[in-house]
Amino acid sequence: MFVARIAALTVATLCLASAVEAKTLRWASQGDALTMDPHSQNEGPTTAMNQHIYDPLIQRDPKLAKVPNLALSWKPIAPDTWEFKLRPDVKFSDGTPFTADDVVFSYNRALAPTSDFRAYISSVKEVKAIDPLTVHIITNGPNPILPDYTTSIMIMSKAWAEKNNVTKPQSYKDKEETFAVRNAMGTGPYMVKQRDPDVRTVMTKNPTYWGAKQFPDYPDELVYTPVKEPSTRVAALISGQVDFVLDAPLQDVARIKQTAGLKTEETAQVRSIFLGLDMGSAELKYSDVKGKNPFADKRVRQAMYQAIDMNAIKTKVMRNFAAPAGLVTSPGVHGYTPALDERQKFDVAAAKKLMADAGYPNGFGVTLDCPNDRYNNDEQICQAVAGMLAQIGIKVDLQARSKTLHFPKLQKKDSSFFLLGWGVPTLDSHYVFTFLYQTSDAAKKVGSWNFTGYSNAKLDELSDAMLKEVDQAKRDKMVADAWATVVADMPYLPLHHQLIVWAMSDKVTMPIFANDTPNFKYSKIK
Amino acid sequence: MLAFIVSRLLQSLAVMLAVSFLCFVLFNFVGDPVNNMVGQEASASDREEMRRDLGLEDSVAVQFARFLGNAVTGNFGKSYRLARPVSDLIVERMPATLELVAVAALLALSMGIPLGVLTALRRHSVDSGAIMTFSLAGVAMPTFVIGILLIYVFSVECISWAPAIGLPAGWCFPSFGRGETVKLGWWNTGLLTASGLKAIVLPAFTLSLFQMTLVLRLVRSQMLEVLRTDYIKFARARGLTDRAVHFRHALKNTLLPVITVIGIQIGGLIAFSIITETVFQWPGMGQLFIQSVQFADIPVMAAYLVMVSFIFVAINFFVDLLYATIDPRLRLDRAQLGTAGG
Repeated sequence: MFVARIAALTVATLCLASAVEAKTLRWASQGDALTMDPHSQNEGPTTAMNQHIYDPLIQRDPKLAKVPNLALSWKPIAPDTWEFKLRPDVKFSDGTPFTADDVVFSYNRALAPTSDFRAYISSVKEVKAIDPLTVHIITNGPNPILPDYTTSIMIMSKAWAEKNNVTKPQSYKDKEETFAVRNAMGTGPYMVKQRDPDVRTVMTKNPTYWGAKQFPDYPDELVYTPVKEPSTRVAALISGQVDFVLDAPLQDVARIKQTAGLKTEETAQVRSIFLGLDMGSAELKYSDVKGKNPFADKRVRQAMYQAIDMNAIKTKVMRNFAAPAGLVTSPGVHGYTPALDERQKFDVAAAKKLMADAGYPNGFGVTLDCPNDRYNNDEQICQAVAGMLAQIGIKVDLQARSKTLHFPKLQKKDSSFFLLGWGVPTLDSHYVFTFLYQTSDAAKKVGSWNFTGYSNAKLDELSDAMLKEVDQAKRDKMVADAWATVVADMPYLPLHHQLIVWAMSDKVTMPIFANDTPNFKYSKIK
Repeated sequence: MLAFIVSRLLQSLAVMLAVSFLCFVLFNFVGDPVNNMVGQEASASDREEMRRDLGLEDSVAVQFARFLGNAVTGNFGKSYRLARPVSDLIVERMPATLELVAVAALLALSMGIPLGVLTALRRHSVDSGAIMTFSLAGVAMPTFVIGILLIYVFSVECISWAPAIGLPAGWCFPSFGRGETVKLGWWNTGLLTASGLKAIVLPAFTLSLFQMTLVLRLVRSQMLEVLRTDYIKFARARGLTDRAVHFRHALKNTLLPVITVIGIQIGGLIAFSIITETVFQWPGMGQLFIQSVQFADIPVMAAYLVMVSFIFVAINFFVDLLYATIDPRLRLDRAQLGTAGG
């Protein structure tokens, strides 16, 4: 009986050897988009999904340069006003025309209290439609980098949003789910065909897409499946059940490269990993040094920096998928220079001497807080650092936790020594200064990720000034000065820039994006 | 009997209350969901406001009371992660888990019983020895190892070995997902499509292996015991064929305890399915739960745990009732105890 059942099953499966449809690209990554509402969640996988359906005014190309999307051109026409000329003859996928009113509506929606993108455009005072193809964005004072921020703000149809009662981003106070959570309609290259959160999302080509001529070859259909377990994801790629994997585990990359029919694309990601030190407190909360703060002494910070053998971490822990860093920001960010990114020499003898000079010849004990599910090999990095610091007498008590515990702990400023990573969505150094280096000030909304207690009036001034400076040369000088200041002050010990690896079938052509956000309109599949 | 049922019901209710309260205490250790719910640019005051809106600032007791109040009316709140009502999510995921569990249980029985009988009847043969060794592996190997091993052999390496032995490459099994599904009302079934049937083979086998070996060993030991009893000897003396003795007389009498154990193990299957579902990206409740834990999605975790404890409590309740019906001594004892105690 049982044998008969097995036999029947085998025959059934034999007959139905799946025929692959032409021009469908199947891809997988670890987690699904949280929502299709384009203004509700500022989160990587959510943005990666939604940018295929919704367009911004300006988009990032694979080199992360700003290229025209719904806006054809943009220029400042007054110190506080940017003018955007919109692309003519654009239609939403339901056939209705796209106009300046949709831009005004979408920006106001993104400014609503329930929007998760408010911070990006908090400088916006008003958005005005001058004519159907011209929009003015008026800011509170000059904002030279507004175009960079517009790359994150997606444009919805005003009529569609009003019809479906989603004129505000979803809120957790709503009892029911809003229409926009699982439905989407935009001007982008794809339309949603099926949305089954956490299971499967199918998108088909938008027949009314304005860029059909510019992008003639992109796949007709995208099928996305989240696959949580890394080994299952790799198995699916190797066995040909998916064509593209966004986040192949680093330890499997060698295996993938060896497999016939598969290839990888690699690039430095716009995300840097570093250690933060509480240098501002009078006494460290988690240390055996009482009455004073060893991290307040620059010699101690310098010693720790020089005691870390980044090359060993790169080759042993990161399997070479890391670029050792001297700066907490990555190549590709405006203001980055290779000279600044040069690491200080690894030198244990010098580090020991610095420790002795600072009055800690025998070191001290401190707790290192580390996430274990946020960055590539994060916990292993911390373990390696703990071993290296032991060489100069610093006894590290490593506390590795899930990100749901790690970040709230940091935000309560309840850590003396921690690992953190930082990406820069705007690709401008100001983003780094304002969140990581400016004196933490809740009222001014600056320094919200500065958990080091670092405070330097000169840096604060430079950071505030570069936000408003429209003269590019003057502004670049400010950025360079600010970097020189913080590199000298050393509140963070830089470790490396993450490298990202995208794994895919030979049939797929796909340029890699350093922000780890694939845009499949640039892809091709044979 | 009525008093027995009522007292059992009250006990079940108390167990469920205790379980859900324990869950709520534990939720304090899974971390803060707010960090996952807002972008890194959100200010401290935004985060605080959201925490207040969600009621996370309240004490455990207040949060628990609020949860109970809502749960009684069937409202489990909205998922922090997916912004959708929790009851919708659970209803969507339930068919996947129940189908997986049902197929796994079927596999466990349809392979465990015949193999158990075989090993009991042919105790000293080589094939029984092989089966018993295999069953040890089934008991001892963790589910995720079995799952990954099966994926490796039957979906990754399969591409090279299947054509070599004359099977088409399409014969290999998918390593993840549920295949195509068909909607029957609200029930989303994968058992009616070829790709769905194919997709369930590896996960169901993985999930069933432990139960299968359990059934196998149970049937074998029961069978060996029954074969030694007088009525079997008498049946043989009557000159009945081996077939009649083994299957009509012996096997029938071994099955009762097996069915009881399997009934209780169904709850275990649902719990074990968390791991199987994660390995095979099976879109069931177990996977929903794991994702919720990683996100600290408290409403989903609470609803899932309450539901699983409900399943366990319900199964135990019915088993108790069944015992009381089958075994009159239970009722008698209680009645006597009742009068003795006044």
